[in-house]
Amino acid sequence: MHSIVLTYCTQTLPTAKQVLTAEYPLSSIMEISILSASSSKPICKVANLKTSSTIADVKTQFHSQKKSSYPTRQSYRLEPKGKSLKDDQTLGSLGLRNGSKLYYKDLGPQVGWTTVFLTEYFGPLVIYLIFYARPGFIYGEDAASQPRELVVHVAAACWTFHYAKRLLETIFVHRFSHATMPILNIFKNSGYYWGFAAFVSYFINHPLYTPPYYGNVQMYSGLAGFVVNLLFCHQFAEYGNWRIHIALRDLRPPGTKERRIPKATGDPMTFLFNLVTCPNYTYEAIAWVSFTVMTQCVPALMFGVAGFVQMAIWAKGKHRNYLKEFKDYPRGRKCIVPFLI
Amino acid sequence: MGSEAEEKAKKSETSGIATAYLVLYNVVLCAGWLSIGAISVRHYVQTKSIEGLYDNIELPLKVFQTAAVLEIFHCAVGIVRSSAFLTGMQVFSRVFIVWGVTHSVLEVQDEPSVALYVICWTITEIIRYAFYTFGLLNQLPYILTWLRYTLFIVLYPCGVIGELWTTYNALPHVQRTGLYSVSLPNDYNISFDFYKILIIWMFLYIPFFPRLFSHMLHQRRKVIGGQGGKKTN
Repeated sequence: MHSIVLTYCTQTLPTAKQVLTAEYPLSSIMEISILSASSSKPICKVANLKTSSTIADVKTQFHSQKKSSYPTRQSYRLEPKGKSLKDDQTLGSLGLRNGSKLYYKDLGPQVGWTTVFLTEYFGPLVIYLIFYARPGFIYGEDAASQPRELVVHVAAACWTFHYAKRLLETIFVHRFSHATMPILNIFKNSGYYWGFAAFVSYFINHPLYTPPYYGNVQMYSGLAGFVVNLLFCHQFAEYGNWRIHIALRDLRPPGTKERRIPKATGDPMTFLFNLVTCPNYTYEAIAWVSFTVMTQCVPALMFGVAGFVQMAIWAKGKHRNYLKEFKDYPRGRKCIVPFLI
Repeated sequence: MGSEAEEKAKKSETSGIATAYLVLYNVVLCAGWLSIGAISVRHYVQTKSIEGLYDNIELPLKVFQTAAVLEIFHCAVGIVRSSAFLTGMQVFSRVFIVWGVTHSVLEVQDEPSVALYVICWTITEIIRYAFYTFGLLNQLPYILTWLRYTLFIVLYPCGVIGELWTTYNALPHVQRTGLYSVSLPNDYNISFDFYKILIIWMFLYIPFFPRLFSHMLHQRRKVIGGQGGKKTN
């Protein structure tokens, strides 16, 4: 597919050499040659640009020439292996002039973040409840009629609440700065969430499930950690998580991609922003530690650890970006675990 | 400018040490696999049978195959320019066959399947480590390159057959003894069925073997098959 596009372009447009040697009048109208980032072969030219035009304008024009490459699928860089340029960067600020080159990379089919999030969170909700019903084809004929421990019901409620909340957040709270991601992510992410949901719920809802060693005390402390943390610290694992999302959302004025340093607001739930860059991840981690304590189930622990590692990596990336972006970024702030990581 | 030059000097110095280390590593591993080969030949000449072969080579096989774990680090650190992921898969599958299957299930140790993979591994590894050693010393004879990128066409599939066959032989014993398996109910609320893991393990060869084999074919085309590769296309 890609090679067909390339051949088509090289036949109908001047070669790179012609483009480079041609002399253009010094006018405000610019023409940029687009080259493939993988092969450095010319793809086409984008004309009618100004110094004040942005990468987004290049994308729109490219799209009008190549119908299959909608803007979010496109990525441009100054060097074949350079950094991807941002939509709001102007050609002038990048030092591009008439006849300059840009390297194009096809990011592949894209899908909206909302679609990915809804798919990946809907699975765990449904899968957990299927196991909760103890169907015969999984646990044997009379499994559903056998007695369940109280903790099994509580765990199901926590799980359902957690994922229902995530779905609602996705629909009503999040504002995504990147509108799309590669379509492969939908399978990767869903595989992770759906797989772990089945793994965890299979054991918690198993007729041979062993309740926590310390009985109700352990169950209620886990539940408390999942729902409410110490009153003084205001670390409501779930509730706090929700408030941080709102606080984060308010950082980004509607309809823009502008960023400001996240700070604890008047809302006491957001105080963790004073300690870590990604308090929502901190709360998320606390929630899964609590869930593990409550159910005393190793698969739940494994799910928590896998999630924590991934969140720590994301938090480190975000932390680095903030340090680079804001010179006055608070020094003592850590990534995800207060005072440590 | 000065610091840049210093840095460059430092880099070439570390790569000098790295080369020395890699030569040592490859010489030792080559000698190790040669000893496995020699013991195997002696055993077969003396007894005219493969029975008891594993007993004789068990120690060097475990030592030198486990040592290959270092190769993952070599790739990860960057002193060997190869994919740490592909190397990791190869080494891990071998280590698992040695420790997880052959060491763990006594009943399979005298099966011909074990002899099959040991023979394939031994020939492959002697040539591979010799190839690396001479390559590092810039004294690579063409025959070694040719053997390295040709024999695998037969040895790699045969080795895989030996590995799969050994795993298959181990299945009934694992099922009967419940080896390494944990069943419900227990306080950790997790169960683990080594028998099923072995079956899944065998199925994993389906996606991974073609990938590794085609990777080797690709390498072959790149290294020695300039014309041969074109002919086959």
